[in-house]
Amino acid sequence: MKKLINKPDDVVRESLEGMAAAHPDLIKVHLDPHFIYRVDAPIQNKVALISGGGSGHEPMHGGFVGVGMLDAACPGEVFTSPTPDQMLEAAKMVNGGAGVLNIVKNYSGDVMNFEMAAELAHSEGIRVLNILIDDDIAVKDSLYTQGRRGVGTTVLAEKICGAAAQERYDLNQLANLCRKVNINGRSMGVALTSCTVPAKGSPTFELSDHEIEVGIGIHGEPGRQRMPLKSADEITEMLVNSIIEDSAYTRTVREWDADKGEWLEVELTDPPLQSGDRILAFVNSMGGTPLSELYIVYRKLVQICENKGLHIVRNLVGPYITSLDMQGCSITILKMDDELIRLWDAPVKTPALRWGL
Amino acid sequence: MVTKEQIVQWLQAVAVVLEQNKDYLTELDAAIGDADHGINMNRGFQKVIPQLPSVADKDIGTILKTVSMTLISSVGGASGPLYGTLFLRASTAVAGKQELTDEDMVALLQAAVDGVVERGKAQLGDKTMLDVLSPASDAFKQAVADGASTAEALQKAVATAEEVLNNTIPMVARKGRASYLGDRSAGHQDPGATSAYLILKTLLETL
Repeated sequence: MKKLINKPDDVVRESLEGMAAAHPDLIKVHLDPHFIYRVDAPIQNKVALISGGGSGHEPMHGGFVGVGMLDAACPGEVFTSPTPDQMLEAAKMVNGGAGVLNIVKNYSGDVMNFEMAAELAHSEGIRVLNILIDDDIAVKDSLYTQGRRGVGTTVLAEKICGAAAQERYDLNQLANLCRKVNINGRSMGVALTSCTVPAKGSPTFELSDHEIEVGIGIHGEPGRQRMPLKSADEITEMLVNSIIEDSAYTRTVREWDADKGEWLEVELTDPPLQSGDRILAFVNSMGGTPLSELYIVYRKLVQICENKGLHIVRNLVGPYITSLDMQGCSITILKMDDELIRLWDAPVKTPALRWGL
Repeated sequence: MVTKEQIVQWLQAVAVVLEQNKDYLTELDAAIGDADHGINMNRGFQKVIPQLPSVADKDIGTILKTVSMTLISSVGGASGPLYGTLFLRASTAVAGKQELTDEDMVALLQAAVDGVVERGKAQLGDKTMLDVLSPASDAFKQAVADGASTAEALQKAVATAEEVLNNTIPMVARKGRASYLGDRSAGHQDPGATSAYLILKTLLETL
C-alpha cells in the first residue's frame, strides 16, 4: 500500500484537523465525538440538516457543510458508519429549534446507527426525522437484500434540501422534499480497480487489469456482474440504459414518527423515467478517475439522453461521492421539476460545492 | 452459576481473542462485506478494557451495560448497534445481579437474541450473527431444562454454535452488505456469526 498518510489509525482525525484549518470561514470540527458543523450554527428557526456515514467518500459529507447545504456531518471510521453519540452531539450543536432532518444512506450500519441516534435525540426533546436515500439501481432485489444502496442521489438531496432549509421549509416539508428527490433519483456505478482501506493495507477485492465490476457500491462491495473492460462509450451506454430502463421500484422503509416516538413502515415507489422528462445528469468519479475521463462519459451521456428524449436541464461532473482511490465512475439521473431546479440553483457555499455566494 | 468475577474475566478474554482474530474476521468480511469487521470489533473491545476496573465491583447488569455503551459509541458499522443492543438487553435481563443462576443465563441469552432481532430485523437463515446466537441460546436453554450444569449447558451451546457457524457457509446473505452479492455470498463463512461464536466460546473457556 502506498498512501499519503502518517498512521492508518490517525487518518480520519488528521484529515478532519486539516479540513478545519483549510476552511475556518465555513466550518468547525468537533473531535470526540467527531462531527463537522457550520461555523454559524445553530441557526434559529431553520431546520438543521445532518448527514453522515463512513469516511472515505470525501468530499461527501463533510465537504457539503455550509450555507445552503448541511448543518453538520458525522464521519465514521473509513467505510464504517458513524456512531449514535456523534449524531446526538451534532444534533444538540446545530438544532436551532426547528428540528433536525437526518439524511441517511441505505446501508445496514448507517440505518441502525441513525435509528439509535433518532431515538436518543427524541428522548432529549429534539424533533428529528430520518429520510433514507436508496437510489442504486444495481441492486435489483429489495426483498432479499438490505435494498438499494444510497449513492449519488445523496449529494443532490443534500444540496436541494439544504437550499429548502435555508428558505425555511419546515421539518415535514423538508422530509417530503427529501423523499421526492430520493424516489426521482437513480444511480449506477462501475469500478475499474479496487480501493484500499488504510487500516487493511491491501485492496478490498481482486480485479484483474482486463476486468471491470459493474454496479459497484461505494465501499468496494460488489455489483451486478464482472466483465471484460469495455470502452468509455460502451460502459456509459450500459450504465445509462440500465438507469433509463429501470422500472417502478417499490419497497418498504422505516421512518420515525416524531409525534408518537415510534417507527413506522412506509411504502415508497420510484416512478420510472419517461421521454420528455427534465433531468439533472451527474457524472461522479470514484476517486481515482480523472476529470478528463468523466467528461468522456458525460459526452456520451448527453448523446444517449438526446436520443431518448430526456432533457438535461442541469448537470454536475466531478468527484463528489468517492470510494477512496478506486478508479471508476457513477452516473446519477434525477428527474427535475420547477421546485427542484429552483432549489438546485439556490446559492451554496461549502468546501466542495459553491455557487451564487 | 456464573460469578461477577467470571463475567469480567470473560470480557477481558474476549478483548484478547478479538485482537488475535482481528485479521481473520477482517479477511472473512473482505470476502463478502467491506473488510472491517475484525478492525471494528477489536477497536470496540479494546475500549471496553479500561472501563472494566471502575465497574468491576458493581452488579453484572451494570458491567454489561457499560460494555454496551462503549461498543455503541466505538464500533460503528452494523456491528456497533447490533452488539451494543445485544449487551444492553442482556444487561437489562440481569439488572442488579451479583451472580447468574442457569435461569438467569437463559434469560440473558434470550434477551440478547431478541435485541439483535429487533435491531437488525434479520431472520434465521439470512447469514448473520443471529444464525449462531439463536440456536446456541436454544441449546443452552434445552440443556438447562434437561438438568445439565452451567458448564455442560454452555458446552452444548458452543458445540451447537460451531456446527451452525459452518452452516452459514452455504447460505445466501439476505441482510447487510453481503446481501448485495446474492448467490456469490454462498461459500463464505459469515464474519458476524464468527465473532458471535468466538465470544460464546470464550465464555466457555473462562468458566
